[in-house]
Amino acid sequence: MTLTRPDAPASPATHAAFATLIPRLTDICGRDAVITDPLELRTYECDGLTSHRCVPGLVVLPQTAAQVAAIVSACAKAGVPFVARGSGTGLSGGALPAADGVLIVLARMRKIIEVDPASRRAVVEPGVTNLAVTKAAQPFGLFYAPDPSSQQVCSVGGNVAENSGGAHCLKHGFTVHHVTGLEIVTPDGELTWLGDGTGQANGYDLVGAFTGSEGTLGIVTKIVVRLTPIPQAVTTLLAAFETTAQGGTAVSAIIAAGILPAAIEMMDALSIEAAEAAVACRYPPGAGAVLIVELDGPAADVQAESAAVREIAMRAGAFEIREAADPDDRAAIWRGRRAAFAAMGRISPAYIVQDGVVPRTALHDVLMRISALSAAAGLRVANVFHAGDGNLHPLVLFDDSSEAESAAAQELSGAILDECISHGGSITGEHGVGVDKSKYMPRMFSSDDLDTMQLLRCAFDPAGLCNPGKIFPTPRMCGEVPGVRRGPHPLVAAGQADQF
Amino acid sequence: MLADSIPGPLAAACDEVRLASPADAVAGVQPGLVAAPATTDQASAVLRAASELGLTVIPRGTGTKLAWGNPPERVDLIVETTALNRVIEHAAGDLVATVQAGVQLGDLAGLLSQAGQRLALDPARPGTIGGVLATGVAGPLRLRYGTPRDLLIGITVVRADGTVARSGGKVVKNVAGYDLGKLFAGSRGTLGLITEATFRLHPLPAAIAYRSAECAAPADAARLLSDWLHSSIDPVAAELDWPASGEPIRLGIAVEGSQAGLDERSGERSGERSGSPPGWWNAGAAARSDGTVLQLAFWAGGLGSVLTEIRAVAGRAGLDPAISGSAAGLLHVAVPEQADASRVAGLVTGLRASLAGGADGASGQAARASVVVQQAPAPVRDLVDLFGPVPSLRLMRAVKQQFDPGRVLSPGRFVGGI
Repeated sequence: MTLTRPDAPASPATHAAFATLIPRLTDICGRDAVITDPLELRTYECDGLTSHRCVPGLVVLPQTAAQVAAIVSACAKAGVPFVARGSGTGLSGGALPAADGVLIVLARMRKIIEVDPASRRAVVEPGVTNLAVTKAAQPFGLFYAPDPSSQQVCSVGGNVAENSGGAHCLKHGFTVHHVTGLEIVTPDGELTWLGDGTGQANGYDLVGAFTGSEGTLGIVTKIVVRLTPIPQAVTTLLAAFETTAQGGTAVSAIIAAGILPAAIEMMDALSIEAAEAAVACRYPPGAGAVLIVELDGPAADVQAESAAVREIAMRAGAFEIREAADPDDRAAIWRGRRAAFAAMGRISPAYIVQDGVVPRTALHDVLMRISALSAAAGLRVANVFHAGDGNLHPLVLFDDSSEAESAAAQELSGAILDECISHGGSITGEHGVGVDKSKYMPRMFSSDDLDTMQLLRCAFDPAGLCNPGKIFPTPRMCGEVPGVRRGPHPLVAAGQADQF
Repeated sequence: MLADSIPGPLAAACDEVRLASPADAVAGVQPGLVAAPATTDQASAVLRAASELGLTVIPRGTGTKLAWGNPPERVDLIVETTALNRVIEHAAGDLVATVQAGVQLGDLAGLLSQAGQRLALDPARPGTIGGVLATGVAGPLRLRYGTPRDLLIGITVVRADGTVARSGGKVVKNVAGYDLGKLFAGSRGTLGLITEATFRLHPLPAAIAYRSAECAAPADAARLLSDWLHSSIDPVAAELDWPASGEPIRLGIAVEGSQAGLDERSGERSGERSGSPPGWWNAGAAARSDGTVLQLAFWAGGLGSVLTEIRAVAGRAGLDPAISGSAAGLLHVAVPEQADASRVAGLVTGLRASLAGGADGASGQAARASVVVQQAPAPVRDLVDLFGPVPSLRLMRAVKQQFDPGRVLSPGRFVGGI
């Protein structure tokens, strides 16, 4: 693939800015926390979306909120852009560095400051991994509900930036439902709190507005999270069908029956084939689709719902149903699902993961359209998805040694997102827009919508230095009054921006 | 002030425009005009006309919570949402509904229940969808389902200059772009007019059971609630009612699920079980439409000491308020209309000092409580800051400045005089 962005040569102005910035950052964080060596810098050239790469101008690894504030202040004063990065597992290039900017890596800020079981709250630093929060809460019968599949390594700070979900967000919600307070460094270097941890905003709900803003409104330095009681019982069902249509029928019937499972996942024949090749998950042979339904809650209710789901699946045409009530059996069922993305390497040299969302009731139609688009493009598409909330992860398989095939895969990917939008859906359910999908934003939102969203950006970051170039295809000039323009914008005049 | 004629541009923008009457006054401030657009396009035309005419605007639903907040600095035009009264789409299979802002929460509940579904919000003072969103109110069900912002998945707003903007959509899982719904939920009409909203719905439970008990002291109430919350009974709602200092504290929870499941889960627990809510459920301080009502938010583990502190501070101020609330971190405190204003002000400042004192954004330690005067008679409003200290007020002012640079939307009504 040729998506790699050539590293922009740093301008003389950047060199001058860095010459004063490097000693300043060294003063703030110490010598071992500032990386300037070109080889070491290359380690940070991309996040989990490796098709976009850019070597940062400078990397700094602060250990305290005060250091982050001082770093951001220094950058703001020097007019140098900065990008925050947690564990770098993002899938939309949200933490893609700027060649002329500073990458602020928060991996050294990984203290769990407090667990308050009586209030069901924990206070953590941004570099703490998602799973570490749950581990700290478990002794109190609590857990941290959002569970992105990268939860062993992804950071809570990154989860806040991306409003991360996970397989279980169908019932338990996303990061934004589980964050009640944030300490942030504003893009001009001020350390401040958004919210007070109570979950009741006094004034604008800036916690809600900040969560999911993909690192463009500031850098989070402490997070107050809500903890959830561990359900009394969990059971996982795996149902095998001949077709995804049958699986889809079962999904609709489960929801229509008033059952809200913790997770409903579906895999089609091609993704099952890849998962078998990679991890030998031993799903029922001959399955054209498998449905994984996880139920949690009070034991009696889980038992009743599990019986209901079995019956619904049978009626929809399931030819085999397995049930796992203990953690080992459950892990066996999930093994194939969890391995699905990486398993594509077994059956294709390269693949693009999409993250479109459609209303649950449109799942069948959209899968049929994807199948038709796939046939027309002559490219295989494997479907792995969160069926309960209509979040599709079509994996477009292609040979990246062929320019033509790479281009066709990109085009097919875009066409799939168009299908999602035309069915009233979204271009991203959990991966974020980042740099990867900003070009699709105008297909989903009007220019007035995008312009209005960017008012929030202008309130937080009028200088546009905080994670620039993400989410929005065309940055709004803050302070610009639409329709009233007196001469060219200063940034345009200075050759630093274009308007079109 | 009262107007004597309807300006042409406004009449052209909307079929329903009338001269205001004294009954349209907002916290004692008299508007001149009332417009009732029936579509988002009409609402856009109304706000564009108002902007051109230099009119200040306050959105209004049925007005149940219009008295909340500071009196407006000025109001020329009330934009009433009651004609925006259509349920645009109820996609039952997707558990999603899109409604116009003027739809009554109760009417929507009736419609959704026919499909066995609900919008899981039970504020003590419901009104319209737009009003519920703009004030961010929620009742006992907040324990499980959160507040309006947690159930809102898409929003259409009209900005001060008439620009129509949407964010989110009609799918539950969606992270494309900034979530303006979060910003508008609870924004009290200061950023724009909400015209449409899309919500995530939940299935109505097969059965609901309540469990309630009386406790002699705050510590007992806190212990019982903690027992209930940390047991397999798995409540979806909690509510507390303590009408006066000499009376017992009444505490209750709601449990939802299958009938068999409820029987099993609530068999051995303390307290009395009932199939319908006790009479005091969601009917205490938060439901009062007169007098002073304070809203206290705090970290739920502090319930016992917060209750004790409220009584102590009130006693020093010479008051004996009614206390009620969702127990899990949110309480309301009500003082009658006729109470002496300086005593009420003493209660507010005393509670702030004791619960939310000594902390601000700059100190590195977040305050862990807030005391907000939700509504109060004019003499009380004159004596206290209704919102108290707010972290990141500078950012809030910047947000207001971007969305409403001319300060024409509900000017002065919100935190810090926004």
